[in-house]
Amino acid sequence: MISMKRILLASTIAMAFAGTASAADLTVGFSQIGSESGWRAAETSVSKIEAKKRGVELKIADAQQKQENQIKAIRGFVAQGVDAIFIAPVVATGWDTVLAEAKEAKIPVILLDRTIETTNDGLYLTAVTSDTVHEGKVAGEWLAKTVAGKDCKVVELQGTVGSSPAINRKKGFEQGIASASNIKIVRSQTGDFTRSKGKEVMEGFLKAENGGKNICALYAHNDDMAVGAIQAIKEAGLKPGKDILVVSVDAVPDIFKAMSEGEANATVELTPNMAGPAFDALKAFKDSGKAPAKWIQTESKLYTQADDPKKVYEEKKGLGY
Amino acid sequence: MNRLSKAALTKAAPQLLSLALILFLNYLAFPGFFEIRLQDGRLFGSLIDVLNRGAPVIILAIGMTTVIASRGVDLSVGAVMAVSGALAATMTVAGYPVPVVILAALGTGLLCGLWNGILVAYFDLQPIVATLILMVAGRGIAQLITEGSIVTFNEPGLIFFGTGSFAGIPMPILIAAFLLFVAITVVRRTALGLLIESIGINRSASSYAGLNSKLLLLVIYSFCGFCAALAGIIIAADIRGADANNAGLWLELDAILAVVIGGTSLFGGRFSILMSALGAIIIQAMNTGILLSGFPPEYNLILKALVIIVILLAQSFSSLGGWAFLKAEFRSKGAKR
Amino acid sequence: MTDNPSLLAAEHIGKSFIGMKALDDVSFDVRAGEIHALLGENGAGKSTLIKVLTGVYRPDAGVIKLDGQAVNVRDTQHAQKLGIGTVYQEVNLLPNMSVADNLFIGRQPMRFGFTDRRLMEKRSREILAQYDLDLDVTSDLSRYSVAVQQLVAIARAVDMSGRILILDEPTASLDSHETEILFAILRQLKARGLGIVFITHFLDQVYEICDRVTVLRNGKLAGSATTEVLPKIELVSLMLGRTLAVATHNVRRARPAPKVRQFSFKGLGRSRSIAPFDLDIGQGEVIGMAGLLGSGRTETARLLFGIDAADKGQASIEGKPVHIRTPREAVALGFGLCPEDRKSDGIIGDLSVRENISLALQAQRGWFNRLSRREQIALADKFVRALDIRTTDIEKPVKLLSGGNQQKVILARWLATSPRFLILDEPTRGIDVGAHAEIIALINQLCDDGMALLVISSEIDEIVAYSTRVVVLRDRVHRGELSGDDITTSNIMQMIAADPEGATA
Repeated sequence: MISMKRILLASTIAMAFAGTASAADLTVGFSQIGSESGWRAAETSVSKIEAKKRGVELKIADAQQKQENQIKAIRGFVAQGVDAIFIAPVVATGWDTVLAEAKEAKIPVILLDRTIETTNDGLYLTAVTSDTVHEGKVAGEWLAKTVAGKDCKVVELQGTVGSSPAINRKKGFEQGIASASNIKIVRSQTGDFTRSKGKEVMEGFLKAENGGKNICALYAHNDDMAVGAIQAIKEAGLKPGKDILVVSVDAVPDIFKAMSEGEANATVELTPNMAGPAFDALKAFKDSGKAPAKWIQTESKLYTQADDPKKVYEEKKGLGY
Repeated sequence: MNRLSKAALTKAAPQLLSLALILFLNYLAFPGFFEIRLQDGRLFGSLIDVLNRGAPVIILAIGMTTVIASRGVDLSVGAVMAVSGALAATMTVAGYPVPVVILAALGTGLLCGLWNGILVAYFDLQPIVATLILMVAGRGIAQLITEGSIVTFNEPGLIFFGTGSFAGIPMPILIAAFLLFVAITVVRRTALGLLIESIGINRSASSYAGLNSKLLLLVIYSFCGFCAALAGIIIAADIRGADANNAGLWLELDAILAVVIGGTSLFGGRFSILMSALGAIIIQAMNTGILLSGFPPEYNLILKALVIIVILLAQSFSSLGGWAFLKAEFRSKGAKR
Repeated sequence: MTDNPSLLAAEHIGKSFIGMKALDDVSFDVRAGEIHALLGENGAGKSTLIKVLTGVYRPDAGVIKLDGQAVNVRDTQHAQKLGIGTVYQEVNLLPNMSVADNLFIGRQPMRFGFTDRRLMEKRSREILAQYDLDLDVTSDLSRYSVAVQQLVAIARAVDMSGRILILDEPTASLDSHETEILFAILRQLKARGLGIVFITHFLDQVYEICDRVTVLRNGKLAGSATTEVLPKIELVSLMLGRTLAVATHNVRRARPAPKVRQFSFKGLGRSRSIAPFDLDIGQGEVIGMAGLLGSGRTETARLLFGIDAADKGQASIEGKPVHIRTPREAVALGFGLCPEDRKSDGIIGDLSVRENISLALQAQRGWFNRLSRREQIALADKFVRALDIRTTDIEKPVKLLSGGNQQKVILARWLATSPRFLILDEPTRGIDVGAHAEIIALINQLCDDGMALLVISSEIDEIVAYSTRVVVLRDRVHRGELSGDDITTSNIMQMIAADPEGATA
């Protein structure tokens, strides 16, 4: 019995040393939702890159869209005694218990990409998310600046009806064009965030608006729908990017390809780099002991044809989008 | 023969009337609905959109009709579409020539159908359960093939199946029309139509009469898988990419609905592939009409549901002899005056 | 023991369903310490009577008395409370639950709001010990044979009710050894003073274990007596509703035996279905197959036609061995079968008369060698005329035709394939008198034309009229054969009723 204990102890120590020996200052556990979309896959690979850059050891657990798997993973991280836990929560509620366990173990938790509903803010250190309203606003402001006072009829491809990015990106865009009375949204339909529905709905818009001659710009809630719509515009005999301006959100590689070919005009990035700002906040917290703000908003960067889209395409291609 | 075609026309009356009504409403919502012009050597107009966008569901409905006629159902067609599209896109990106890609994708569809058929015919699983397995697993397989992302390709040979045209007619319409013609010819010029109806109505009695019902079920489900793969290739070619998460999502339900609108009973038996295709066109005419109408998207599903209820009620009214009843009623009232 | 007062009695029971009289003035009683057999062909009213006794149906007329007191059985649970337990033919237990669960389901002993498994398992072992059954009560019921499952069902019913036990064909799926075990237990229960109602088709079993027998026919009481005083031949005539004295209206046609018998089946059999039998049949010969329901007649037909695969024996045609594993293979050899259950195995209801007639020929010709519409019409017209099928139109769905005409359509379906060997299972059941005579005439004519026929029928007169030879079955065994002048109604009935020891092979 004693010898058994000794072996266990020795191995624990050895492991602890091994951890130090791998030169990682910090070990962070990341409970990722899964890989349901290209963006999600890119988030995972960017997180790995950012961790490597900072010499952080990142342990990623794929939850396959299940909260129970995430809770298991978090408990596992707590048991392993990691220095911090990142969570991309699959749902908003039901986290209080497991987060309290992490707090008990004095392990700071940072939420990535999505927030949770809880009565106790103190259960997590901070949340790193993008502001989807802001994304829409950036797209709207770009359009207002680009058309510069000329009359412009806009068609909008919405995301899935009722989903929060669809609601917020619509709201933000409307805010962005609020001051420009020359810009009007004439048609708005859902394209379900998919390429094929984007194409089909755009075909309908083109027919309904005099073969597309009345349309000055397209705003799509994501790039995939825009890519589908661009094909529809081409098939209608018009030039996307010139006859009809195309602005969308997400900044996936395929839209940069379209931009480099002059077929799309602008995209607002929903950055897959949520981990980078989270690592920075964590380091600052560990160094100074001062808690960061409860919400760290990621940059919603605007890309246009002037930003060397070809180069960005090459950069982004390998990220798993 | 004349008497037959007249009878067929009477039977198709509710569907034809529904289609005419929907097209008319579309015209009211958008006066340019019936305009067709040539754009870059390709017919262009809302009516063409209806057929072009409806083509994948028409193709699915052709296969689904034979399955439903055999008293089955195939819930996996949407997932099989995703698999075949994913395979076609990934193989194209990997540099395989187009004919190889097409054959591989169609072959995969056949295999998926064969799997369903084996479960139904030899393991006696209920079709809804047997095909549910592939409905769930198939999309997962497609996601594995594409590794979760949209695989975009630029191979003109493959894209041609989605956006190309021949003599001005878009390829999806041509493919659907060709398949429709072949399927109807095969089913009605061979004994398959009679034998499918026979096993759909009474499988036990059919076996007593010496039918090889197991082999027939295998063929039916394989054909349905083939149709799904074909539709999957068209959808992938149309958007130049395979979207494993969304390709064909819920389309199995549209296909089943098309068959039901076409008047084939879910309890098997008498079927008409042509009427199912008409059902698919009705569904798409409705979808296109909703897009053109400019209603907020929150109303899409409610509008769709309302129209479907009206069509199905009209259909059951008609099959119960409602029209004849009304006619008689009308005549007797006229006579009284 | 017959002096005991009756435990449960049904007096002058009447029950109708939408105008059809299922039970008409039927009286029946069971006494403590007796086993009472309830007999009758299908549709005679046995199951309706049971359902009235167990509260599934309310009788339209008559009373049910328990210990001489009139009771109103509200439902099956009430019946159980009154002490009436039933075990149905299809054992309604849960095969994937444990033996103990099955014994106590719905009445588990509870402790602190949970099932007290230990008590339940202890009590289960006690219950089963009464039957000398030593089972692992915690393992799934499906691990045990049908016979054991049957015993568990009986044990459960006795434990729950304890006074009257109704058994609906308990021996139908048991082999002879298992039947012996069951009988030992029934005798034990009888000694304990239970009243047992035993429904069966097996006459030998009636004489082996039952004290009294009651026969129902067409919803009426055909007769009731103690088995000691009732000769078996009389029991058979009670069931068939025909006394030996009644003259047959069909005139027997003598027919020479064929010189060669092309179709030969040697030692064909299937366990739990039909004991191995030999059968030879030649062209121009009608073999009649007689026996009570459940005697193995249909099982024989299913084996010959490949619906069930034989696990023993060999078939040969003109001396060449053949394999018949599916109906398809049988059809390819020139066989045809008009099944007993027309509706579920015969007609394709929604298809037209034309399509139904064409079906077997089409299946034989293959998928790609379609009978054209014109050929189908010609075929249908020909047989509608030849068999006098009464339909307004050959395009009419066959389900709209009368039973007799549906039977003719199925006959036409086979005749269209020009079969060499045709099996008819109850071809005249449930059809009107006119069609009946026509079908018998047709059987004679087909035989004269050189076809080999095997006809199964409950109508003994009918069998006498057209058979060259008659095979008699009892309790799933081919008991014997009659030919020539020996084919008489009384000989057949005696053979059906014969004691097993006296039976000739």
